[in-house]
Amino acid sequence: MATNSPKLECRSVWKLFGSGAAEALQEGGGKLDDAALEQQQLIGAVRDVNLEVLEGEIFVIMGLSGSGKSTLVRCMSRLIEPTAGEILFNGENLLTASAARMIEIRRHQMGMVFQHFALLPHLTVLGNVAFPLEIQGVDRSTREERATKMIELVGLEGREEFFPNELSGGQQQRVGIARSLSVEPEIWFLDEPFSALDPLIRREMQDEFIRLQNVLKKTIVFITHDFDEAIRLADRVAIMKDGKVVQTGTPEELVLNPADDYVAEFTLNVTKAKVVRVRTIMKRLPEKAPKGGYGGTVLAGDTVAEVAPLVENSKKTLRVLDEQGEIVGCLSRDDVVTIMMQA
Amino acid sequence: MSSPDTYAGTAAEPRRKGWQFTRWHGVWGVALFAFVMFWLYGKPVARWAFSMPRDMQIPFKRWISTFMKWLVDEASFGLFTFTELTRFIAAVIEFPYKVALSFLSTGFLKGQGSDAVQILPPVSWIAVIAIFAMIGYFAGGRRLAVLVGACFGFLALFGQWNNAMVTLASILIAVPLGIAGGLMLGIAGYRWKWFALFLKPLLDLMQTVPVFAYLVPILFLFGFGPTAAVVATIIYALPPMTRISMLALRGVPDEVHDLGRMLGCTGRQMTWRVLVPSAMQGLMVGVNQVIMLALNMVIIASMIGAGGLGYEVLTALRRLDIGRGVEAGLAIVALAIALDRLSQALATRSRAHHQEGSATGSFVQRNPYTVASGLLVVVTGLIGLAVPAVQTYPEALQLSTGTFWSEVVKWININFFDELEAVKNALLLNVMIPFKRFLLGLPWLGVTLLLGLLGYALAGWRLGLMVVVLAFLIAVTGQWNKAMVTVYLCGISVVLACLFGVPIAILTAERARLWKWVEAVIDTLQTLPSFVYLMPAVMLFRVGDFTATIAVVAYAIAPAIRYTAHGLRQVDPQLVEAGTAAGCTPWQLLTKIKLKLALPEIMLGLNQTIMLALSMLVITALVGTRDLGQEVYIALTKADTGRGIVAGLSVAFIAIIADRLISAGADRMRARLGLKR
Ligand SMILES: Nc1ncnc2c1ncn2[C@@H]1O[C@H](COP(=O)(O)OP(=O)(O)OP(=O)(O)O)[C@@H](O)[C@H]1O
Ligand SMILES: [Mg+2]
Repeated sequence: MATNSPKLECRSVWKLFGSGAAEALQEGGGKLDDAALEQQQLIGAVRDVNLEVLEGEIFVIMGLSGSGKSTLVRCMSRLIEPTAGEILFNGENLLTASAARMIEIRRHQMGMVFQHFALLPHLTVLGNVAFPLEIQGVDRSTREERATKMIELVGLEGREEFFPNELSGGQQQRVGIARSLSVEPEIWFLDEPFSALDPLIRREMQDEFIRLQNVLKKTIVFITHDFDEAIRLADRVAIMKDGKVVQTGTPEELVLNPADDYVAEFTLNVTKAKVVRVRTIMKRLPEKAPKGGYGGTVLAGDTVAEVAPLVENSKKTLRVLDEQGEIVGCLSRDDVVTIMMQA
Repeated sequence: MSSPDTYAGTAAEPRRKGWQFTRWHGVWGVALFAFVMFWLYGKPVARWAFSMPRDMQIPFKRWISTFMKWLVDEASFGLFTFTELTRFIAAVIEFPYKVALSFLSTGFLKGQGSDAVQILPPVSWIAVIAIFAMIGYFAGGRRLAVLVGACFGFLALFGQWNNAMVTLASILIAVPLGIAGGLMLGIAGYRWKWFALFLKPLLDLMQTVPVFAYLVPILFLFGFGPTAAVVATIIYALPPMTRISMLALRGVPDEVHDLGRMLGCTGRQMTWRVLVPSAMQGLMVGVNQVIMLALNMVIIASMIGAGGLGYEVLTALRRLDIGRGVEAGLAIVALAIALDRLSQALATRSRAHHQEGSATGSFVQRNPYTVASGLLVVVTGLIGLAVPAVQTYPEALQLSTGTFWSEVVKWININFFDELEAVKNALLLNVMIPFKRFLLGLPWLGVTLLLGLLGYALAGWRLGLMVVVLAFLIAVTGQWNKAMVTVYLCGISVVLACLFGVPIAILTAERARLWKWVEAVIDTLQTLPSFVYLMPAVMLFRVGDFTATIAVVAYAIAPAIRYTAHGLRQVDPQLVEAGTAAGCTPWQLLTKIKLKLALPEIMLGLNQTIMLALSMLVITALVGTRDLGQEVYIALTKADTGRGIVAGLSVAFIAIIADRLISAGADRMRARLGLKR
């Protein structure tokens, strides 16, 4: 999982819509509360956001419609200019980068997937996927070779010559994904990539996405308004409300310790067992091995739901191993059952 | 107390309250009374308010003419003079035009004038028909191929081939230039807000100035001939392309923008690789418009030397040679239908992978259509050297309907002369002439102020002021009386168009199959160049105001039908059901619910009808009206720029006044009915 150095950092990022936003923010000493915003007729789309996206993790930004997710992710790639704050990408402040430098960074280090796919209607699948490389001036045979690989990666081989209007929604988004990957970006932004798809396809695409990430190990910023999707995909989640980040944490932390009622509301319908990990509920290893020995070993990073079948078969306590294979604790059957019972 | 009477009472009450004597009623009462008093008794006191005396007129005409003269004789941009600029533009257009004309009509010539020897023949008629049919097949399949082929075959069969090719050559040059120019302006307007702000009023004005008025200064600057005609055509076709380009570009989804920026596109890549291709569907609508407008204009521009089909109609009109005119008119119709259907099919053609030539394979496999076209041209050209019938459609096989049409007219005149004459005279004597006299008797000052008051009442002082200024400008340039004749002809025509159009719409709007037919007919009517409408009217009624009115009604009826039907069809079905449930008779449903709710839409139709009527009216100067159109026409024949522009702008002002007042009225009505745009 995470190798823990931050790839992208937001420091006190603000984005206010309305005239005189920058001045108003400066006068307020870099802060404006609800009343002040209303009085000045400004829309606080992103307000004082601080977060770190770590190398190789899937960082999900979740929030209801209008909470400022798109605005935030567009600030991260500087598609819109934040009103205040710093965006550090590999330690470099994007907001002071020159236009030429931004083009350079976007061409080679960033990829983005859009909610409504944003495919170019006049290009074939191959043309669309190769388009980012074409813009960079890569020669035809190289870019088509690379594009063909990406198309295979997302499972669209055989449709290279199709036009976007000949594809289903799910297939179109696969093209969008292949296109954003064709430049081999360091950071990958996905703004509600599956929201426009119907539920069955959405599920399928999520699985596909997990499979891809296992191969690619990219740093990912993933936007969604669907809490279940967030829980399913995320290493860490930031929950947004009215432009502010109300809580950041692993799905497990959110479910077990929601910061406020707003977050708690989302976690209400989540199956705890699918989120809570063995590490959280394991006990310290007792001095003496229990009578009859251990029933088996599980990994500390597994979810409770994943280990539940083991418990069902035997009543014995399980040993817990960490990533290095060292024994770090034990897991009793009762604890597993308790979690499983909490719907 | 639960008798039905109580209900009726409560329902009627607010209505009685609603009609109160408001301040506005008072204002209107006083204003109208003052107007009538002034009209009846004011003439001896203030003669100048009835007809603008000469010494009070502002000599715009002279100023403009002097300015144009200065442009041509003296104006200079430092490095080059204005005349050099116009010569340069003429040269840029002339060369490709000559090439296109050689291909389609004259062949490639060596030498000048009558000593010229043909070194290469033009493309054979078979090849032209086949190539257009092939484009039809490419764009819309077999049916379109047959239609287009038939239309072009019609041109050959009826002996209009050469004229049609001359017209086509002008279009082939004007359309790409018009599209490119419009697209450039559209992109500029899209990119720079200030440029769009600057363009908007200019585009509005250019679309309301009548076509003839364009011709006058162009004739003055470029002289008589096909080049001037092509220039006029390009300028005429530019505004809609510009407008549509801006709209189409604005319609590109934000996400596609973001995509371009995320990929690190440069400004140029963004425009040409991302935005323009994404907006292609919308842009193609503009292309269709440019083609149709260009055709319309090329026909009209025969007055400044475009030649071709328009010239045929024009000479036929001048000589009242009905047979010849109708034939050329039908040829224009065939050409219009072919070009319209082709460009529409190209616009809506959806992409499919198997339709495109595959990227691999030999040159022939990749470009089957291009290769076939090339082969056709060469092969038919070679055979044509031996067999002339392959090169030029043989005269022996041509049909001439000229005499037939003349006979038809003769027959109609022999058998129905009295009836037609009776209708004509009844309308002229009882309606048209009195109305004309009435309008001409009104004081310009009173009318101007009354219009201003109307504008103020509908949308505030800005509109009021604008209306007053425009009307005043018409008066102060000495155009008032001619403007009133225009208003009279336009008014009568619009009333007639609505009298026929609205019932047609009411009868057909809700019968889906019937409506499809009606729609197909009015669609076709609207693609026809305005010139065509003159022929049948002249055929039946010879020249004069009545003939003009008939032609204008025929030309302008389409929007009256279309908008009314659209308005009726979009009435919320729940409201109709509610009406039925409340026991309305069909007549009550129609008048109390449907028409009422459709009224704003009908007003828009009225607006469009007026705009079309005005643009057609100017062309009817050819059949002898005495209005602003005639003024422009005379200016055209004398190449008097000042006179032409002033009269043309007056027509534009009338159009703008009508447009703004009606739009404001429709908006208010919509607001009152709680409908949204
Ligand atoms: N260009 C703009 N001008 C003014 N206000 C804007 C603009 N863009 C966004 N906003 C406002 O900022 C707020 C956040 O919008 P944003 O699009 O970031 O929400 P979101 O969380 O992505 O919602 P969704 O799930 O609907 O995409 C909203 O209140 C929106 O109205
Ligand atoms: Mg969004």
